[in-house]
Amino acid sequence: MTASLASAYRLTEEQALLREAVRTLAEERIAPRAAEIDRSAEFPWDIKELLAGQDILALPFPPAYGGLGADLLTVCLAIEEIARACVTSSLILAVQELGALPLLLAGSEAQQARWFPDLAAGRTLIAFALTEAGAGSDPAATRTRATRDGDDYVLEGTKRFITHGSIADLVTVFAVTDPEAPRHRNLSCFVVEKGMTGFGVGRLEHKMGIRGSPTAELVFDRVRVPVANRVGAEGEGFSIAMRTFERSRPGIAAQAVGLAQGALDVAARYATERLQFGRPIGELQMVQALLADMDASTEAARALTYAACAAVEAGATDAGRWAAAAKLVAGDTAMRVTTDAVQVLGGYGYLEEFPVERMMRDAKITQLYEGTQQIQRLVVARSLLRRFQPARS
Amino acid sequence: MRIVVLVKPVPDPAAGAERLDSNLRLDRAAAPAVVNGNDEYALEAALKLTEAHGGEVTLLSMAPASAPETLRKALAMGAQRGVLVSDPALAGSCTLSTTRVLAAALRTLEFDLVLAGVDTSDGQAGVVAAGVAALLGLPYLSYAARIEPDPAAGRVRVRRISPTGYDLLEAPLPALVSCTQVLGEPRYPSLKGIMAARSKEIAVRSLADLGLDPAAVGGSVATTRVLGARPPAARGATRVVRGSPQESAREVVAFLAERRLI
Repeated sequence: MTASLASAYRLTEEQALLREAVRTLAEERIAPRAAEIDRSAEFPWDIKELLAGQDILALPFPPAYGGLGADLLTVCLAIEEIARACVTSSLILAVQELGALPLLLAGSEAQQARWFPDLAAGRTLIAFALTEAGAGSDPAATRTRATRDGDDYVLEGTKRFITHGSIADLVTVFAVTDPEAPRHRNLSCFVVEKGMTGFGVGRLEHKMGIRGSPTAELVFDRVRVPVANRVGAEGEGFSIAMRTFERSRPGIAAQAVGLAQGALDVAARYATERLQFGRPIGELQMVQALLADMDASTEAARALTYAACAAVEAGATDAGRWAAAAKLVAGDTAMRVTTDAVQVLGGYGYLEEFPVERMMRDAKITQLYEGTQQIQRLVVARSLLRRFQPARS
Repeated sequence: MRIVVLVKPVPDPAAGAERLDSNLRLDRAAAPAVVNGNDEYALEAALKLTEAHGGEVTLLSMAPASAPETLRKALAMGAQRGVLVSDPALAGSCTLSTTRVLAAALRTLEFDLVLAGVDTSDGQAGVVAAGVAALLGLPYLSYAARIEPDPAAGRVRVRRISPTGYDLLEAPLPALVSCTQVLGEPRYPSLKGIMAARSKEIAVRSLADLGLDPAAVGGSVATTRVLGARPPAARGATRVVRGSPQESAREVVAFLAERRLI
């Protein structure tokens, strides 16, 4: 269990208090909704209101704009606790941060003042749109174009797999501004607002997991976006996206850790209640071995995730490596632990009366989004080998 | 409106670890302390009243020196400040001592209303609020299901739960109201509330600060004495029924029918 963790990991008193508050809320108000959110595949607006009302969506935003100015670890603790009960609900915070990160990292004061107060209060939602049908792991292959025309850019193209794309009031969109520029200098980032002419939802995807979280195709049909909505400099888009991932991937790692913990909690409780051969199955060594591996690997993933948060927050030169390593390990852990949780519950684990089959379906996405596990390995390996590269004469 | 809410740290009932120590006093180390459940309902009512009518909520507690940790949660819900009466001489106090001490502390505060939970989950005597009102000569409106103050007219109306329904009471302010859970679920502290609570003032008062003689209150002059306590008889083995509602219902009915209970 995570009860002893505050002392083990030296969370600050404030972090421990906030985590406790989010945990109570998740257990009492979010967990009872999780199965229905999955079954109905409808976005839980009530949970959004709950998170907004408790200031949880304010965590990543600066205090000057109504936020709490929380550090990365604190945001991740909140995501972890919510994900332990319901991954779809944890995405409400994770994506609010993800979508806003380009503005947090590269937005002007005027842009922050304009959009952050409503985002921090949860009055508006924001999404992040980089991926396209032909540009997933390779964002440099982006085809959406932004062409300068007077005081506007004209956006043309289609984005795919955009979490919250259909419900967001704002979307940070990455588009090619200079097709002649080198691969990593041709993108720019824009804030597209709901209601702009030519901006619409193409379709919604039907998914294996995180079913209450709408995943949309977004269509930009000659959308005129004012220059004032460009985030950062022209050509800075790729760099903004990569810096965004340094801070958002630990959030997905935290989500995976919460998910693993949630599944482990269910499996451990079940093992003490389910009787076979005249005793609780938790007394059987084969079940104990499963549970022990689940527990140990969840703690290992948690420790790496928190360490990654600290490294990113401290401005480590290899922040990208830390973020990728955390998501890699935590995502794989979530997949394995949720699968083993189903195993501990046996046939019952395969039924929707128990939450572990939902958790197993939800876990898969943590190995896919914000970069597949293969991309995380690529990031880690490149960073690792760079350190050992012999100096060129 | 200036409202004082009486709050008491009690052992967390959810921990199931309430017990007496070797002196037959509550063993406060056995279970983590939380704000008494009914006091949270009183606090929620107070916060709603100040949201509607303006004003401030002050917490008043008589408790050991470790209490501020527990009171922070009540401050995080939205109370502005806390007053904690804490003195080594108060260990082992009976309800009469508690009543005298809280009344003395209230004499140092300005208020229009005092709210209290109907009882506490550890002692469950349920007489302190009435005693405080009696000592201070305040109107005592008990078992409130609704509280409607009219600060301009200087009066308060309370719906009191009665065996047959409700009694409607009216009294001049200031008054003391004991609060029931019918008033509405306490809120969750918001994250901003939790952060703000860390810097809110909790003023600690000793008996000397209140002008009370340590020999006149506390365990040495307790009017009641605890002779012992026993845990309730252990329940039989618990059987957990799982499955769809239909399946579960069938299983429960079969279980009861087998024992000729239905």
